[in-house]
Amino acid sequence: MTEYVAILIYLGLALVVAATLLAVNAVLGPPPRPSRDKIMPYESGIPPLMSARRRFHVRYHVIAMIFLVFDLEIAFIYPWAVVYRELGWLGFWEMMVFLGILVIGLLYAWKRGALRWE
Amino acid sequence: MSVALEFALTAEDLWAMAPLLVVTGFALFVLILDLFLRPEPERKGPLVWASLVGVGAALVANAVAPAPSGTWVQGMLRVDLVSKFLNTVFLLGAGLAVLLSAGYVERQGIARGEYYCLLLFSTVGAMLMGMSADLVLLFLGLETLSIPLYILATFFKRRPASQEAGLKYFLLGAFSSALFLYGIALVYGATGTTQLAEVGARLPEALGRAPGLVYAGLGLLIVGLGFKAAAVPFHTWAPDVYEGAPTSVTAFMAVAAKAAAFAAFLRVLLGAGTGTGAVPSASASAWLSELATAWAPLIALLAVLTMVLGNVVAVVQLNLKRLLAYSSIAHAGYLLIALVAMGAGTPATAADATAALLFYLLVYTLMTLGAFGAVVVAEGEGRSENPSLSDLAGLGARHPWLAGMLALFLVSLAGLPPTAGFFAKFYVFKAAIESGPLGLALAIVGVLTSVISVYYYLRVAYYAVVARPAADADADASAERPFYASGTVWVGLGVAALLVLALGLYPTWVVESLVQGLSAATAAWALP
Repeated sequence: MTEYVAILIYLGLALVVAATLLAVNAVLGPPPRPSRDKIMPYESGIPPLMSARRRFHVRYHVIAMIFLVFDLEIAFIYPWAVVYRELGWLGFWEMMVFLGILVIGLLYAWKRGALRWE
Repeated sequence: MSVALEFALTAEDLWAMAPLLVVTGFALFVLILDLFLRPEPERKGPLVWASLVGVGAALVANAVAPAPSGTWVQGMLRVDLVSKFLNTVFLLGAGLAVLLSAGYVERQGIARGEYYCLLLFSTVGAMLMGMSADLVLLFLGLETLSIPLYILATFFKRRPASQEAGLKYFLLGAFSSALFLYGIALVYGATGTTQLAEVGARLPEALGRAPGLVYAGLGLLIVGLGFKAAAVPFHTWAPDVYEGAPTSVTAFMAVAAKAAAFAAFLRVLLGAGTGTGAVPSASASAWLSELATAWAPLIALLAVLTMVLGNVVAVVQLNLKRLLAYSSIAHAGYLLIALVAMGAGTPATAADATAALLFYLLVYTLMTLGAFGAVVVAEGEGRSENPSLSDLAGLGARHPWLAGMLALFLVSLAGLPPTAGFFAKFYVFKAAIESGPLGLALAIVGVLTSVISVYYYLRVAYYAVVARPAADADADASAERPFYASGTVWVGLGVAALLVLALGLYPTWVVESLVQGLSAATAAWALP
């Protein structure tokens, strides 16, 4: 059980830091003056066109699923890239097999027209 | 903090994985190959051949791969007599399912390359479950088996029943997977490991420290697998899913998912991974008997409920697929008896019971796939989408050989000699009676419910062999609505029928070698 104490401490620290930041902002910052622009949902600086709660074309979902797969692939490659010298050739080929399977998936999606917008 | 990065893959590891790698490779090949075929259903022949070659190659790899018995790939993968036998069962089931599918899926307009690809991936999952020496890998195998099946169940895109089947299967499957995973978490919490051999070694101590955790974890594992095996009271999804899914998928589902669930039962309940010698078998038997008193009565209760309800409800079914669904539920009950016999007896009777369970799985796979062949045949073009018993009428006059083979499968399912089904039940009941009073009681229930099953199986056989189409139909109705059996269906049913006959005439070939192999080790749980 003792090995989990570190996680508990980390959790506590995270809560303290978050609470502190909010408290400092509330005490030192200017009083909030909400305006239309300020309370808008954040869309990377672009004004939102309409409510997000509407039906999307099925193509969005297909693209989103493909994106998810390759996004996660990157999440696997980063830690691998950090330690790949220690992993040696076995680690290299392991990753190549993994990527090879994903490439087959991409090829499949491509040929089936999942990447075609029109 | 430095983490040791010691990961080595030995040649033995690769050989141990060989059957899995072969099937996975062929599944990917099928997926790619399909992209370069023309989309018409009748152009999908190469996929069938590629799938069959893949299954055959995996059978060879499973039989000859020079991987010594033991635990490989960082204590994840188990190679022993049980895993090799189970792999053979799964691959046979997959091969026969491909044979039943070819032609059927074309005619139903659902011949897509993904079909065979998913079938092969699902087989990989079943094989992973039979080989797993670690609870995490077992869960991974369970999901690899189930997710393709959820998709396959919905392959009739335009039929609401098929969509319903897929959704029900998915929801219940996800639910039971969650229960199973929770069970793994509790067992891990109690013992601090997910490796089955280590779990077994640490259980006596864990039982003393946190018995509640161990029992709750074990209970959740049993419930999760009970869902997958469609044991009463966790069976309610089965008839609807079996009815709605394409028949060839139902056939595969009924054998692969059920056999895989029992493979998992085998691995979990017997902690069947101690063969590396890490755990002396004396201590293994201590925890085993300690826990068996906890799970054996529970499994026995499930077995009684499953046998009685499955067989009694099957009697009133008029729909072929629902009837076979209840039949497969009932057979889960007989398989559960073998599990009880394994836990309740001595090491010697446990070896007998394990052999009986494995033999039953093999026979069940052959005869159930054969019986679903009847539905495939009765579901031809212009015929009922969802055949009932009377849709089989006239089969005997038109295709006497086909009707004869179906009668053979049904007689075998009912457990009458001289078929393999009789000996499968015989060995299970024998092992149960030898294991003690609990087993004896179960065997009595098993025999009584088998008598009920004779009625409904022979009724199907009557419709297939003897009955004529109803008189009010036009004179040449059977010519207008021909039964549909493609060449591959003939081959598949023929192979299955031959094996059912051969195993019925010479069951000792398989059973004796299994018993010898299993008792060659010091005890049944130190599997060779």
